[in-house]
Amino acid sequence: MELQTLTYIVVGFTFVVYIGIAVWSRAHSTGDFYVAGKGVHPVANGMATAADWMSAASFISMAGLIAFLGYDGSVYLMGWTGGYVLLALLLAPYLRKYGKFTVPAFIGDRYYSKTARVVAVICLIFISFTYVAGQMRGVGIVFSRFLEVDILTGLLVGMGVVFIYAVLGGMKGITYTQVAQYCVLIFAYTVPAVFISIQLTGNPLPQLGLGSGVEGGSMWLLERLDLVVQDLGFGAYTDGSKAMIDVACITLALMVGTAGLPHVIVRFFTVPRVSDARKSAGWALLFIALLYTTAPAVGAMARLNLIETIWPGASTEAQPLAYDERPEWFQTWEETGLLQFDDQNGDGLIQYYNDNNPEYVANVAEPRGWEGNELQVDRDIMVLANPEIAKLPNWVIALVAAGGIAAALSTAAGLLLVISSAVSHDLVKGMIAPNLGDKGELLTGRIAAAVAICIAGYLGYNPPGFVAQVVAFAFGLAAASLFPAIIMGIFSTRINREGAVAGMLTGLIFTFGYIMYFKGIFIEPIAANIPENWLFGISPEGIGVVGMLLNFGVAFSISRFTAAPPVHIRELIEDIRVPRGAAGAQAH
Amino acid sequence: MSKHQESRDAYWKANLRIMAGCLVVWFIVSFGFGIVLAQPLDNFQLFGYPLGFWFAQQGSIYTFLVLIFFYAWRMNKLDREFDVHEE
Repeated sequence: MELQTLTYIVVGFTFVVYIGIAVWSRAHSTGDFYVAGKGVHPVANGMATAADWMSAASFISMAGLIAFLGYDGSVYLMGWTGGYVLLALLLAPYLRKYGKFTVPAFIGDRYYSKTARVVAVICLIFISFTYVAGQMRGVGIVFSRFLEVDILTGLLVGMGVVFIYAVLGGMKGITYTQVAQYCVLIFAYTVPAVFISIQLTGNPLPQLGLGSGVEGGSMWLLERLDLVVQDLGFGAYTDGSKAMIDVACITLALMVGTAGLPHVIVRFFTVPRVSDARKSAGWALLFIALLYTTAPAVGAMARLNLIETIWPGASTEAQPLAYDERPEWFQTWEETGLLQFDDQNGDGLIQYYNDNNPEYVANVAEPRGWEGNELQVDRDIMVLANPEIAKLPNWVIALVAAGGIAAALSTAAGLLLVISSAVSHDLVKGMIAPNLGDKGELLTGRIAAAVAICIAGYLGYNPPGFVAQVVAFAFGLAAASLFPAIIMGIFSTRINREGAVAGMLTGLIFTFGYIMYFKGIFIEPIAANIPENWLFGISPEGIGVVGMLLNFGVAFSISRFTAAPPVHIRELIEDIRVPRGAAGAQAH
Repeated sequence: MSKHQESRDAYWKANLRIMAGCLVVWFIVSFGFGIVLAQPLDNFQLFGYPLGFWFAQQGSIYTFLVLIFFYAWRMNKLDREFDVHEE
């Protein structure tokens, strides 16, 4: 069957499933809408969390990012998984015991302050909107590449589907749709990975394949990869080029940021008991690890495959591939612009090498008559073109399209839900109209979700310049603002209203300012984004760690000099520290 | 201080100890083996993986997984010992 038709059928089928689930699991109360009635099985919640967490970026871009960064790509692997340890140990069980609907509600109650709650809502909305804009963009891109519709049409279809199940089903609809989306995306990710691993190493498990020998050779795969990339003037694949302090700070910022992302935290409000919340974090990480341990294998293998296609014989001593003899997938991806050939020296051969390495250019490239790197490779191609490079059947390619869309939609829906609950529960019900009934609040939540989808769609279509920096922003802000406030709220009885508010604002403003200073969001960058200019050698991606430390420091010092929290707050803290009684909290 | 309160404090202290132990392991495998000691560890091989690289891209993730399930199991036991488990 024609690839195009097949893709339409597979993607269309998954949409029918998502909408079917939404109709079946409609929300009937605010409890259903915000936290799925607190009746989600921990394994199902683990799957939903995994789908919620793994975005279009994880699915499409991460393997390619690692393929080109090598060891330095480890910051994403450790950073985006290590956060679950913090979640499971420091946050999830206690927030589940607390038992209300939103993260700002906890911060507002614990710090007996509407100001704290509003600050938390501002942090949450800012974090979630920057994040969701990238997701909607991802939906549009996947649609336009695989289904050949323009980005706007793709976006509108994606918005329509999310609209149906998020507005109708709320958290309940989202949860069960995410379970289905997880299955689609993990299947779509692992099938091509298994095939490419068998082809290169003979080992069907990519996690083991990456540590195996090359099929039909005497070398380890990573050893060979190190050799071929160095032969092209790049740094060794298994060595890093970033400073150690920066690697550590980025990793920690991503970990803490993960644990502070509201749409992830709120997933642990949906399970029935405290012990389920602990366990569920483990299931979530298990489902995430399936993809995250496969991704480095996909990255390394796809890179090796690509280089060996361009340089048959995998050595620059031999002739590279002639442009006229390029394989079919090469032509397909050239049309999308993800691969670009520019014959600098006019010899009709594809010279692909690192022309940013002056030593290599002087010693190797120039004597051989190369006049610059002739192949531009977009990192997204490592996942998207993998099935074609590995010569897999068309249904696998269709599946990858469905997987990419599933990853983007599931994350977008989770984010939209926390935005709408922050608006309807924390702002409208909590501040403006405290007497609003359950029905009215549910309606407000649905309207807020609908409005949020429209804004997200708009941001996806007209991305503000900073969408590319979303990662640094969302994680840095979560790490510097929400995470410390929640942690101190649970583990200290002494931190009071004044300390928490001052701490959150300090962390937020410092991190926001630092990123803006180097990346220039809304304004032109003030200083060049280079290691010489950074504070302690920490890049904007890792600065959330410093913001977090400032938050802790300010909160502790100010709390010491102001009045201790009232007695009922100390009782609240004592209460959330023990599991018993969590089921009773379901009755809210 | 009431007996009830004493038992609650003891439960919380025991929880903090288990938690600290897990976080130490969490820190060692990622920041220790995966980052600070990655270069020296790369002199050892785990099949085709340089060891430091393996910790950074595979081993730390597996360890995180074990840690969370261990903590969940250990805390369930602790909840029962101190009679604060859920009905």
